[in-house]
Amino acid sequence: MEKKYWQSLEIYDEIVKNSVSNKESMPEFSIDGLDETEIKGKSSRRDFLKMMGFSVGAVALVSSCQMPVRKAIPLLNRPQELIPGVPNYYATTFFDGDEYCSILVKTRESRPIKIEGNDLSQISQRGTSAKVQASVLNLYDDVRLKGPVKGGNQNNWKTIDAEIKGKLEILKNDDKEVVLMTSTIISPTTRKLIDEFVIAYPNVKWIQYDSLPMSAMRKANKINFEKDTIPYYHFENADVMVGFNADFLGTWLMPVTFSKQFSKGRKLKDGQTKMSRLYQFETNMSLTGSNADYRYQIKPSEEASVLLKLYNILAEKTGNVVYNTTEVKTDVSKVAKDLLNSKGKSLVVSGTNDTKIQLMVNAINSLLDNYGKTIDLNTAVNLKQGVESDIMLAISGMQSGKVGGVLFYNVNPVYDCVHKDKLTKALKNLPLKVSFATTMDETALLCDYVCPDNNYLESWNDAEPINGFYSFTQPTIRPIFDTRQFQESLLRWMDSDQSFSDYLEKNWEAIFFPKQKTFNSFDKFWFKCKKDGVYNIASEEQSQPVFKGGKLKAEKPKIGALELALYENISIGTGRYSNNPWLQEMPDPVTTATWDNYVTVSPAFAKAQGLQQEDVVKINDSLELPVLIQPGQTEETIGIALGYGRSNAGKVGDGVGKNVYGLINISTGLKNLLGTPVTLEKTSKTYSLALTQTHHVMEGRPIVRETVLSSFIKDPTSGNEEHVKFLKDENFSLYPDPKFNAFQWGLSVDLNSCTGCSNCVISCQAENNVAVVGKDQVKLGRIMQWIRIDRYYSEMSDNPEVFHMPVMCLQCDNAPCENVCPVAALSHSDEGLSQVTYNRCIGTRYCMNNCPYKVRRFNWYEFVNNNKFDYNLNSDLGKLVLNPDVTVRQRGVVEKCNSCEQRIQEKKLLAKSENRELRDGEILTACQQNCPTDAIQFGNLLDKGSNVSRTNDTGRMYHLLESLHTLPSQSYLTKVRNKKA
Amino acid sequence: MYNIKVRGVLIEGNKGYHDITQDVTNPLLSKTTPKWWWIASFVTTSMLIWGIWGFYNTIAVGTGTWGLNNSVSWGFAIINFVWWIGIGHAGTAFSIFLLVLHQRWRTSINRAAEAMTIFAVMAAGMFPMIHMGRIWDGFFVFPYPNTRGPLWDNFNSPLFWDVTAISTYLTASFLFWYVGMIPDFASIRERTVSIVKKKIYGILSLGWLGSARGWLRFESAALLMGGLTAPLVVSVHSIVAMDFAAGIVPGWHSTIFPPFFVVGAIFSGFAMVLTLMIIVRKVYKYEEYVTQRHLDAIARVLTFVSLIMGVAYISEIFVAWYSNSPYEMYVFFKNRAIGDYEFEFWAMITCNAIIPQLFWFKKIRKNITMVFIISIFINIGMWFERFVIVVTSLSKTWLPSTWHSYTPTLTEVAIFVGTLGFFIMGILMFLRFLPMMAISELKGVLKETSIVKENTKSHEE
Repeated sequence: MEKKYWQSLEIYDEIVKNSVSNKESMPEFSIDGLDETEIKGKSSRRDFLKMMGFSVGAVALVSSCQMPVRKAIPLLNRPQELIPGVPNYYATTFFDGDEYCSILVKTRESRPIKIEGNDLSQISQRGTSAKVQASVLNLYDDVRLKGPVKGGNQNNWKTIDAEIKGKLEILKNDDKEVVLMTSTIISPTTRKLIDEFVIAYPNVKWIQYDSLPMSAMRKANKINFEKDTIPYYHFENADVMVGFNADFLGTWLMPVTFSKQFSKGRKLKDGQTKMSRLYQFETNMSLTGSNADYRYQIKPSEEASVLLKLYNILAEKTGNVVYNTTEVKTDVSKVAKDLLNSKGKSLVVSGTNDTKIQLMVNAINSLLDNYGKTIDLNTAVNLKQGVESDIMLAISGMQSGKVGGVLFYNVNPVYDCVHKDKLTKALKNLPLKVSFATTMDETALLCDYVCPDNNYLESWNDAEPINGFYSFTQPTIRPIFDTRQFQESLLRWMDSDQSFSDYLEKNWEAIFFPKQKTFNSFDKFWFKCKKDGVYNIASEEQSQPVFKGGKLKAEKPKIGALELALYENISIGTGRYSNNPWLQEMPDPVTTATWDNYVTVSPAFAKAQGLQQEDVVKINDSLELPVLIQPGQTEETIGIALGYGRSNAGKVGDGVGKNVYGLINISTGLKNLLGTPVTLEKTSKTYSLALTQTHHVMEGRPIVRETVLSSFIKDPTSGNEEHVKFLKDENFSLYPDPKFNAFQWGLSVDLNSCTGCSNCVISCQAENNVAVVGKDQVKLGRIMQWIRIDRYYSEMSDNPEVFHMPVMCLQCDNAPCENVCPVAALSHSDEGLSQVTYNRCIGTRYCMNNCPYKVRRFNWYEFVNNNKFDYNLNSDLGKLVLNPDVTVRQRGVVEKCNSCEQRIQEKKLLAKSENRELRDGEILTACQQNCPTDAIQFGNLLDKGSNVSRTNDTGRMYHLLESLHTLPSQSYLTKVRNKKA
Repeated sequence: MYNIKVRGVLIEGNKGYHDITQDVTNPLLSKTTPKWWWIASFVTTSMLIWGIWGFYNTIAVGTGTWGLNNSVSWGFAIINFVWWIGIGHAGTAFSIFLLVLHQRWRTSINRAAEAMTIFAVMAAGMFPMIHMGRIWDGFFVFPYPNTRGPLWDNFNSPLFWDVTAISTYLTASFLFWYVGMIPDFASIRERTVSIVKKKIYGILSLGWLGSARGWLRFESAALLMGGLTAPLVVSVHSIVAMDFAAGIVPGWHSTIFPPFFVVGAIFSGFAMVLTLMIIVRKVYKYEEYVTQRHLDAIARVLTFVSLIMGVAYISEIFVAWYSNSPYEMYVFFKNRAIGDYEFEFWAMITCNAIIPQLFWFKKIRKNITMVFIISIFINIGMWFERFVIVVTSLSKTWLPSTWHSYTPTLTEVAIFVGTLGFFIMGILMFLRFLPMMAISELKGVLKETSIVKENTKSHEE
């Protein structure tokens, strides 16, 4: 053995200790039935033969059983309401601190597996967003804390409660402040509870913290209307909408609601020919900008001047005061004319968190008489209540020693606060630091105690997203781990034994039940609330507050300086869901990039700087990020997405991208995403980006067909001439036409409604057990998602028009894939679906080559139980999200969209058991059900009265690449832009 | 009929019957294996082992170890499959076409060419198998009786036709090759002194006695099998071509493909024969059997076939333009002639349609080194042709959003190199243990086409 020298006595002790423990940790090797000589060598030939005989026998025996036998125990006493194989739905509410959505949760055998929109909600109206869809996976995240944590080690609730309570008492007696920092709280009951907590501990100071607040709007409304609120918008009532850096279809305030409203004003069905028009002024190419009829590029520093210019034109025409302003080149006369023409039916919004700008927006909307029509100040939106100054105050309190403790609920300021360095330093000396985080995030890591909150699917709660509208949260599963709801923790520390569900019920009985007259017993009322998931209190009509204007002033735009425009991207958002592999792998609808953030630059800027895609640049000499050339990006600006660069998100999200929260513009004291001056320097490095689409123009092929509104009104088939020609000249075959007896399932995608929000992509992924493949595989072109949202640019690189086109399997009746499969694994059902028999497929991939739409996906690897793909399918917990109705595919087989066959089957069986005919609209595919713009229709094409048939019967219908005569069942409706021809 | 006065003798060097028997069988009977053989087999075994790693990696880890993606889902494997099948055409084309056409100059080459066919087709056959996502379920491609309905194969699928055509072709070629060797096995059986070899070659010769009746049967069997196998030469590659032509991918969907592929196969097969025979005649000193004239004849055939290839390329491009289909035009004019894959396209044109035209010059045809180099170029060019067809078409199909490029990975290269190793190993084994020229047939052409000692006089007259 190697001799060991020791340098100090401590080291010597260590060596001695290790040598002892080494011995201890080595167990004696033993095999039952063999004696010691046989084990410790010196074995004879007899032994060798014995062992060999045994091992060969054992190997033969083991290898002959292909599958391990698993024993299942049947339920002797079936729990009430649980029928194996039949899903239960619970109405509940998604609210993560930023985004609200009323939802239905589908549970199978008591586990939540899918989220659907709740159509009883007037706010989210059955729509969801990709984040909401993906949130079910957070429930089954391995990184969730399994119990309360003290000093980094798991502990029990009793000890921790006692210690925290003790410390709270001490702080109360020392008269030291305790900061309760929460995300925006829209739950009236939780607010009440917090107020009671503050009464119990008067030294507690409650502040609400938003990573991306909208305080400027609240301030401006305070100034103009003496109302510190965010108003509720009615995009559906607006004929002309003008957005200034407000991505209201993607991320701004209530994107699901606004998408619903927006699409309502633009639907061209049942002979409607009226369509609203959207002007978008923005720096980055946002999802909203990509859907705008007219899009203008402005630099962040120009926004105020452009708004003021618009204001001046409007004021001049309406005879109001005009203010001095710097001249900007952006031509707003067309916008102004349009706005004036639709006075009272227009809407101007800005997403910039700058009071000056919000004051201008208010002034313009007031000039246009929009209050009470498209903007409702009386129905306040309760989201985004955070104010920047609160956290500054809290930090300085911590620094000065005035604050002795801090409780973090649903916030992660150590990651996303602009002053995170100050905060980290200040936290060090605090006597009490408690986090309620569900995972060991950046903030929880610095806390003494972590009292993990339940996932929202395990919680009770209520929500009031807008005044007078309530939505309930109820558990859909028992807490999986030893976690406790935040509210319950507060109750315990207030020495209450009440459960929060009781508290909630009591509160509703005391406060809300008396306000209604429909129900005479509270039980019935409460049952109805829980069943519907929503409850509405009709508001008394009030007149809108009077506008009090002031002087408007715009600073001169900066010239020549590079300006940064940070943005929240639609999948990762503020970074809360970094550990969600579905969201990480969701392609950005505009850039189609996955798994990273990057610097978007305009093509001209890239050319001038000699930058190429994937070149790494240094921002402000410190931050290194790859470049993505983004057509439509404003000159002299760059864009970077927030929400990346988490260090303690978990195995999926750690180290993905870079954290740019530090670059937020705080020059006005408010967190403004836009306008930070930055420097950019090219480095010699490159970094590969995983884009799902690398070619961006249609090459003149009739893929997305479009027209303008005026032409459409003249001729509904305008833009769709190819289809007319096809029907006339090319629609014939040597073979007999396909015939169907009862059903021919068809799906139509209205390209005019689709905004590309990608909710369907994740909804489909959740429904159909689609695997996550990771960045490298996406880069190689092997993404598995069954729906792909193709994004094309028109052929002008500086300010292109954008098209979004969801492509799923088109279920061709003359399918090129089916006839090339050598083993007949592909078949056509007598209901018009192209089916894959997974266990017959041998993986020749001929069908993939022959599919003109390239919607077929191959399992290049085993994506389940494979450490190389360490996502949800590689953990026992993560696999609980799988839909038991859908096969999990093995390596080597081809898969694709099957129009949610399992849902069709479910409803068919239901109709059969009820001895009735299947109703139109009864079957909803996963992509269709939650679409926030209702762009997708599904139904029976043989039934001429069905929704899908009527939608198809408008002259706008065409089939993708129809000249190939593949006869798809899925159809598209032409895109109509409301602009001049 | 072969006219010796016009075209010269077939076997040079005043050989007698005994000389032929000795020349062909001595390398087999010698106890010592030449040094070059060991070196060559060491190299090929290494290649084979690397290939086995490639196979293992693919089967154990997944097809993901290849460079394919959801848009380009066929790549190296299919390229190499078609390439090997093409090479596998040489034997049958040589033996059978020339047999049926009474081209007796084939005798000194046909055996080796047939062996090449066997090994090339075997190498080709590995690709469709390893290419499957689930090789363990590969038996699904055979229409065997089963309890699932019975569930048959899809008889509409060109891949199923492939399975049938290739297995038929392999069986037929093997039988033709083996039956041709029976008299030669008997010769070796009689000549060898080793008991073991006597036993083995005895079994292989199936009790051949060399009786007149035996010869009669042999001759008619050879002719019959030749006649039956001849259509296979056309059918196999036509069917391989239909794998592509029956698809609707722009650049594939073309009626020219079957004849174009058959000609291409003969082209690459002949080129490979040339490559191999130039080496073999040098190593085994068979210059008197595989004469300059043989090589000249093959070179002339190649010149002609190269012209056909050129015409095929031009007509493909013409049809793409004439079709007025933007998709077809894009493939030919923007993704092949120029674009991401222009190198491969022009390599194909240069190697297949331009370089072989050098054979018009007698000087080059007579220069063995030049002939060898050009034959290698043709082999490479034909590989590129398959690359161009498979990859360029798939990489940019109908919807621009799905366009994706393809780069092979190490595993794919390993598998290709492995099959090269397998092929060369097979040839080496063949050279060492089997008669590499048909002794009886050589003797058959000796009298009438060669300067034989006994009748030198009569020839000179």
